[in-house]
Amino acid sequence: MMTNDNQELYQQVILDHNKKPRNFAKLDPATHTAEGYNPLCGDHLNVYLRLSPQHTIDEITFSGDGCAISKASASMMTTNLKGKSIDETNKMFEQFRELINGKLNPQKDPNILGRLAIFSNIWHYPARVKCASLCWHTMKAALDKEPKAVSTE
Amino acid sequence: MNPKTNFDVRTIRKDFPNLNVHVHGKPLVYLDNAATTLKPRQVIDAISQHYREETSNVHRGVHFLSEQATKKYEKAREKIQHFLNAKESAEIIFTRGTTESINLVAQSYGRTFLKSGDEILISRMEHHSNIVPWQMLCEQVGCRLVVSPINEKGELIWDEFKKRLSAKTKLVSIVYVSNSLGTINPVGDIIDAGHHVGAKVLIDGAQAVSHTEIDVQGLNCDFFAFSGHKLFGPTGIGVLYGKRELLDKMPPYQGGGDMIATVTFEKTLYNVLPYKFEAGTPHVAGVIGLGAAVDYVQSLDRDKAEEHKEQLLAYGTQELLKIPGLRLIGTAKFKTAILAFVLPGIHPHDLGTLVDREGVAIRTGHHCTQPIMQFFNIPATSRASLSIYNTQKEIDTLVRAVKKAKTIFD
Repeated sequence: MMTNDNQELYQQVILDHNKKPRNFAKLDPATHTAEGYNPLCGDHLNVYLRLSPQHTIDEITFSGDGCAISKASASMMTTNLKGKSIDETNKMFEQFRELINGKLNPQKDPNILGRLAIFSNIWHYPARVKCASLCWHTMKAALDKEPKAVSTE
Repeated sequence: MNPKTNFDVRTIRKDFPNLNVHVHGKPLVYLDNAATTLKPRQVIDAISQHYREETSNVHRGVHFLSEQATKKYEKAREKIQHFLNAKESAEIIFTRGTTESINLVAQSYGRTFLKSGDEILISRMEHHSNIVPWQMLCEQVGCRLVVSPINEKGELIWDEFKKRLSAKTKLVSIVYVSNSLGTINPVGDIIDAGHHVGAKVLIDGAQAVSHTEIDVQGLNCDFFAFSGHKLFGPTGIGVLYGKRELLDKMPPYQGGGDMIATVTFEKTLYNVLPYKFEAGTPHVAGVIGLGAAVDYVQSLDRDKAEEHKEQLLAYGTQELLKIPGLRLIGTAKFKTAILAFVLPGIHPHDLGTLVDREGVAIRTGHHCTQPIMQFFNIPATSRASLSIYNTQKEIDTLVRAVKKAKTIFD
């Protein structure tokens, strides 16, 4: 039997996205890309975006190597951001950051996180928060067209 | 009681209060000893006594407390001299740890005596602290860093190592025991081979000091670096041993108080060894704690302690390999009690989090040895590193926890 704690972190949805990550491929052509790296643990990923002329996300994919949390987070980020506008994307990123730092309670606070709320327990595992946030920082860096590899440090 | 060696782990365990802690409601199983060892009460008491009864600066005051602290501080230096079998206590320089010791040699010896065209030889299995200081030196003086390869077992390839030695080699800096593989390097041969081409040899002894007796004169190494906290001592204190003939020629690493003989604005005369290299108020409590740690280690039957760890290593190797798919990283013929492994389908960080919930502390990641991870083409490993207080029962707990984690990911 697993402990309840672990059931909270490694839920079926996360395990499933880890095993079968969605949108896990290089996107070519892409309008925006960035490389993300966590020097503490070696997690490494690329996020690729193709924006429409109306500035909505037509396509978003990722590639790279990381733990289950980072892979699942990236996979779920891509499924949630497809079709979203830049404004919605920024809002979702902001709320996701609040969520994983324990500052947003998805049951009480109004939010647009949808299934991403599954990461609400991660702030109990401080060492793992960056695993969940790496893909988001990388996506943001791609949109902001920051030219260099981003880092969680 | 271990029947084969009569090495009484239960008695040893009583010395380490941290072992009584519960983690997530489970008894702590501490298997991260290569990162840092737990501290025995003898060390904790020595540090506590210093702060309770003899707080003062050293080498300065004429008052009673300062004299007491200075005496203990210098006594600790002598203990470490004997622990390493150095010729004199002035060859023992206190630093913040292995990293600072290596940086001291790079910046003081390296910048003075190495020049463009010279080579520094290291190995593929070095910790970042025995790579980066040399890269910095190479940028400063134009010398070249040469890396000796390892084989699939994680052993230095001796012929390749010798091939890379030449008259250009001015420094050889090699780890005694690899922190991520457990490999024990043939440092005696390495030192002799380095000297044969006229190079000076530094040994990174961070993992070695808790594993084997060190005799710097017997080894004939030019520099030897280690950290107190991997030897049951406090963090923030370490040692650089250097031969006097070299230390005497080297300029100070940092300037400040205590490292001077006289200061005027025209000219400053530096202090004698070892104070030339100890600028500023040192980590007095740390040095006293390290002295107590050395006393503690020397009170043990080290052969029996090592035998105990070897049995744990053999048992742990056997039990971990029973887990389907598990691959050990680091299978050198001569290795210490370090069990690094990867499991298909589970990233080490997920495994680390899951076994932590069972009370088991292991290290996951690249262990500050990214070139080793690149060699084995893996992002990271999970590493259980064993010490004198660990038991077979604790290895069973680890194996159970790993199997349980595996069921979640299968």
